[in-house]
Amino acid sequence: MRLSIGARASVLSAVILVVFLLAWHIAVRGTTTGGPAMDPEYAKLMGLTATQGKSAMPGPLDVGAKLIEHARRPFYDNGPNDKGIGIQLGWSILRVAAGYGLAVLLAIPLGFLIGMSPMVSRALDPFIQILKPVSPLAWMPLALYTIKDSGASAIFVIFICSVWPMLVNTAFGVASVRKEWLNVARTLEVGPWRRAFTVILPAAAPTILTGMRISIGIAWLVIVAAEMLVGGTGIGYFVWNEWNNLSITNVITAILVIGLVGMLLDQMLARAARAVTFPE
Amino acid sequence: MATFDNPFDPRLRLRSRGCSCGAHASQSDHDASVSGGEEQARRVVEGAVVRALFPEDATRRAFLKAVGVPAAMAAISQFFPLVTATEAFAQTGKPEKTDLKVGFIPITCATPIIMGAPMGFYSKQGLNVEVVKTAGWAVIRDKTMNKEYDAAHMLSPMPLAISLGLGANPQPYTLSAIENVNGQAITLAMKHKDKRNPKDWKGFKLAVPFDYSMHNYLLRYYLAEAGLDPDTDVQIRSVPPPEMVANLRADNIDGFLAPDPVNQRAVYDGVGFIHILSKELWDGHPCCAFAASREFVTTMPNTYAALLRAIMEATAFARKAENRKQIAEAIAPANYLNQPLTVVEQVLTGTFADGLGNIVRQPDRIDFDPFPWESFAVWILTQMKRWGQLKGDVDYQAVAKQVFLATDAAKLMKDAGLTPPTATTKSFSVMGKPFDPAKPEDYVKSFAIKRI
Repeated sequence: MRLSIGARASVLSAVILVVFLLAWHIAVRGTTTGGPAMDPEYAKLMGLTATQGKSAMPGPLDVGAKLIEHARRPFYDNGPNDKGIGIQLGWSILRVAAGYGLAVLLAIPLGFLIGMSPMVSRALDPFIQILKPVSPLAWMPLALYTIKDSGASAIFVIFICSVWPMLVNTAFGVASVRKEWLNVARTLEVGPWRRAFTVILPAAAPTILTGMRISIGIAWLVIVAAEMLVGGTGIGYFVWNEWNNLSITNVITAILVIGLVGMLLDQMLARAARAVTFPE
Repeated sequence: MATFDNPFDPRLRLRSRGCSCGAHASQSDHDASVSGGEEQARRVVEGAVVRALFPEDATRRAFLKAVGVPAAMAAISQFFPLVTATEAFAQTGKPEKTDLKVGFIPITCATPIIMGAPMGFYSKQGLNVEVVKTAGWAVIRDKTMNKEYDAAHMLSPMPLAISLGLGANPQPYTLSAIENVNGQAITLAMKHKDKRNPKDWKGFKLAVPFDYSMHNYLLRYYLAEAGLDPDTDVQIRSVPPPEMVANLRADNIDGFLAPDPVNQRAVYDGVGFIHILSKELWDGHPCCAFAASREFVTTMPNTYAALLRAIMEATAFARKAENRKQIAEAIAPANYLNQPLTVVEQVLTGTFADGLGNIVRQPDRIDFDPFPWESFAVWILTQMKRWGQLKGDVDYQAVAKQVFLATDAAKLMKDAGLTPPTATTKSFSVMGKPFDPAKPEDYVKSFAIKRI
């Protein structure tokens, strides 16, 4: 009996995971000999990496234990600089929601305008092309200097980085609505507002949502970088704080969590995109 | 002479064994038994002013003898509102604002600022201070200038740089107190353990925390003394402290002159060894500072006074060797430094592993002294000038001259049969080279390697 493609893919995924974890585990195992003998008083002042030849890289078991530890108490609060990973994630998601929400509010109406008017489209094109590829980290000093508030700066950076894919996709979606449909609307003497909402919007919706899906991915990428820079709260700050302590275990844990949340956000928009697609 | 002494006491020596009354083993013991917080605060202010004007002991004593203490105080008050400043310190008026945010970088230099929170120095002054960990010097500068922080931990050259508008818009900034003296070190990667002579360091990639930092100036000084041009023979990069150990491990840099606990952390993780402590370059050099905008100081004098009192008391507490272990325990957790306890303890107690298998005992590896010496500022300015960060002239000496003129001190001293000083002589020396705060220009010109 042959398994279905889906089942075989799952088996392969599991095998890859197991091989990867095993290789990781073996690669970081410490040498038990521990190098030259050390004066015990001196050894007390040194870390395990130096005394026992333990690799600075944690193994999968360390990371697993850390994950469980974080999952047990995700919302602890030991003061302004030491909060649980759940609270940090909450802050990051809140910032992304704010920046991304603002971007949606601007990009979709503006994209509509650009898509419907070839002249506006050409006029704005050079600005979009120049601003689109700018890295979030390049925006940060400017934002801090002009906005004069680090929280608002982080939100601004998410906004400015996630606005472009939505804008470009919306404009493209609107511009490429099939001429026949627009002509039909015209012969039926549909008003401009009605035409925008009942003909163009449904036709362009799949492209718009693809843009939104790209944007949410970018927003989530940007938040980590932005929070590493401004600090205070958020998952990016968590990574920075643990890096400061050279705790690679916590950094890997955070990477896993960031990936997981990013995937969830992406899946949410993928669902929405599927809901608005239509067969032609 | 310790920070908390009465600077108007002509009997007092700058560096004395024992105390001014003679009954105690050291001046700090004397202070502990005599003075309360207010008296201590008043002395800090007066001391700051008097020592800034007369960095040399003999001059100060002669001056005070010649004109008498009340005349000296009156004269100085003309230029420094000593009474106002002292009142500001001793004021117990209700703070205008009790919820404050103070930014810090997670290094041991910030010890007094950090420990004020867990050890209750702020709450004792009726303040509710949130100490906020910040990612880097540029961010802490911007957040303070944006007024997100009421005050902050900065590198001591930063308030000068900000006030002068170097690397930032000029904004009047005050350096309220020096946090720590010493406490830095040059750490090199393990593979360089045989290259202990800086002359062999050609082509090294070295890191410092910030361009406007004592670390940068000290490292440049150290290299230049060894005949290396810090701009062409080596590469000096600005790297945030947390990234330094990671970069050293990755072989990206050959070493760094960094604040602790970074040096000790490199040793702890077996990636580097401590080549030299900064105290061996210049014993008693300032490093980090507690800074606030002038606006905060003038609009909220009571709050500022309370905050500074808390910092002063914390600093006085941190000075005592017997308190250091307790402090290490308070500041090592994740909320503050986020470092293994033993690393912080080794830094603060001065009994540490050097990375080469030796246990070193240097109790003054780091020390805490709140007094903002003006001659420190002059030295920093000379180095800014030396390396081309500062162009143009700065009138370092204006204040001291005004006071001498006002009291007609030279004449009075002659009348009293004393020889008036023609210039204030050296107040400290860096790597054996004396620095005369009265002749900053000559000092800058005296270096073979410079950018002017």
